[in-house]
Amino acid sequence: MPALLRIGRTLRRTLLQAIPTLLGIVILNFFLLQLAPGDAADVMAGEAGSATAEGMAALRSRFGLDNPLLVQLGHYLNNLAHFSLGFSPRYGMPVADLIAQRLPGTLTLMAVALAIAILLGVILGSFMATFAGRIPDRLLSIFSLLFYSIPSFWIGLMLIVFFSVKLGWLPSGGAGTIGSRLTGLPALLDKARYMVLPATSLALFYVAIYARLTRASMLEVKNQDFVRTAYAKGLTPFGVTARHILRNALIPITTMAGMHIGGMLGGAVVVETVYSWPGLGRLAFEAVMGRDFTVLLGILLLSSLLVIIANAAVDIIHAWLDPRIGAR
Amino acid sequence: MASLLQVDNLTIRFPRAEPVRNLSFEIAEGETLAIVGESGSGKSLTALALMQLLPRAAQIPNGRIVFGGRDLARLGQREMRHLRGREIAMIFQEPMTSLNPVMTIGRQIAEVLKVHEKLSGRAARDRAIELLKLVRIPAPEKRVDDYPHQLSGGMRQRVMIAIAVACKPKLLIADEPTTALDVTIQAQVLDLLDTLRRELQMAVVLITHDLGVVAQWADKVVVMYAGRKVEQALPDDLFNDPLHPYTRGLLAASPRLKHDFHYRDGALTEIPGSIVSATGETGCPFRPRCNQARSSCGHNVPQLIVPAADRLVACPFTTSIKAVPHAAALSH
Repeated sequence: MPALLRIGRTLRRTLLQAIPTLLGIVILNFFLLQLAPGDAADVMAGEAGSATAEGMAALRSRFGLDNPLLVQLGHYLNNLAHFSLGFSPRYGMPVADLIAQRLPGTLTLMAVALAIAILLGVILGSFMATFAGRIPDRLLSIFSLLFYSIPSFWIGLMLIVFFSVKLGWLPSGGAGTIGSRLTGLPALLDKARYMVLPATSLALFYVAIYARLTRASMLEVKNQDFVRTAYAKGLTPFGVTARHILRNALIPITTMAGMHIGGMLGGAVVVETVYSWPGLGRLAFEAVMGRDFTVLLGILLLSSLLVIIANAAVDIIHAWLDPRIGAR
Repeated sequence: MASLLQVDNLTIRFPRAEPVRNLSFEIAEGETLAIVGESGSGKSLTALALMQLLPRAAQIPNGRIVFGGRDLARLGQREMRHLRGREIAMIFQEPMTSLNPVMTIGRQIAEVLKVHEKLSGRAARDRAIELLKLVRIPAPEKRVDDYPHQLSGGMRQRVMIAIAVACKPKLLIADEPTTALDVTIQAQVLDLLDTLRRELQMAVVLITHDLGVVAQWADKVVVMYAGRKVEQALPDDLFNDPLHPYTRGLLAASPRLKHDFHYRDGALTEIPGSIVSATGETGCPFRPRCNQARSSCGHNVPQLIVPAADRLVACPFTTSIKAVPHAAALSH
């Protein structure tokens, strides 16, 4: 199977490149975070309202914050070498456990949002390309520009106002009905209801991007010679679009989608805060506010890992979509 | 032989131009008709019009394209789709870009069979392998799973031919099928086309600007200039006794037709000016470039006259030029 071979080669290269990348990200992030004023002890002392210099020194020495920077970095890297992300002084639990609690929530949110964005974006983009320059295209262009420009937190708030407050159709926040003892399909449906609004607010921006991208890409492919060949075979316009134009047009879209996974994590911080969604984004936000750098470093490391995995996935999809890539 | 396709007074109009005007020709079953002319003479647009594949901006305000009792210029999309690839097939100039880069050639051949002959996946694949064999592609069982980028230009053009002849069409339109290929491959591809034409009893419209191709493979030749037919003849007549000044110019400008001609013997003759000079002119479109032009040429577009059996020419002064020796007629 030449296709599998191609994919395997792509994967091995990606893995080898990932190790130095991750190391660089950890070290860079570590020093960047040191630039922020204050540390976990400052925040905890501030929240407690009363703190003595001795008490703070004791906190610092317990968390290892009084060591020289390079020693702290050494400790962190040593932990990493033992597959440990360290211990969060603020939450009083290992960072890995903390992240493991929050990761599924964010991953589902992102996956659902990305799926909505790509599906809707490609469908709308195909529609726009088919009617390029005519009324449906103009109208959709206006909408896509609108959703592209409106910040997601505002869309989130407006969706809450409309669907939760006015219509009362959907819950305004959280990830599931509290205290319900649902299992199986009803539990899934319950979760899905809570998912609709956050995923939509996260997705709309990307829907706009993919719609415009699909439109441009399809219009470009449409003028290529092989499309004329396809028409000359007697295929229907739908057949030509689905079998010949779309597949070629999808190549740039998968590239963008891969790059957007990192961006979506950033967007998730905002959306998760608006919808009090228990995810990684909100954990990151809380960690920043609490100067809990061990947690933050762990999240950043994981996010970079996620982006690397996403890129590898995109490479694989590319190798599958475009046979010319493996040949290079 | 029975007439297969009849084009009557075909005009193709764009918002700002009429690249093809009152063009008429006819093809008999199993015949090869060559349409010759330089770039911009409207030959490719004519080919696209036969398939109803003209760009959206183009219109056919008058004229008929009669094929099997139907006027293709007015046929609905559904009926036209039924003809495309099944009764009329087309191959294009650029084999490098005419195939979908992300689909195996086998699937691209199978596609046309699935659409028109309703073959299943398995049967269509088997037929695709047979067709690859038919167009002389070595190891077709292996090649069927190749992507276009794995094939050379000549091979790709063979694949295009396989797609075109898959449903045994009555008419094959070949729009400069060998222009983008190596000279050594050109003859192979044209020989293949000719063999298939005889085997499948299909008529071929061969669009080319290569007079060498015309001499060897055509049964009948139409010379186009600025969207009009200026001369029509059998190849032998055309090469031995070209009547229209434009045809004479074309022949004089072809290196391959002059035996033992070498560039050191002197420059090739050229036709002065360019086809663009025909736009906005009244009278004969070739007048600005014609060394035989007289003042009366500016009045009316010359009508086609019949100077001899099986011949047509759109120049009223042909008989008088005929007396002038070939080389002298073209010196200027």
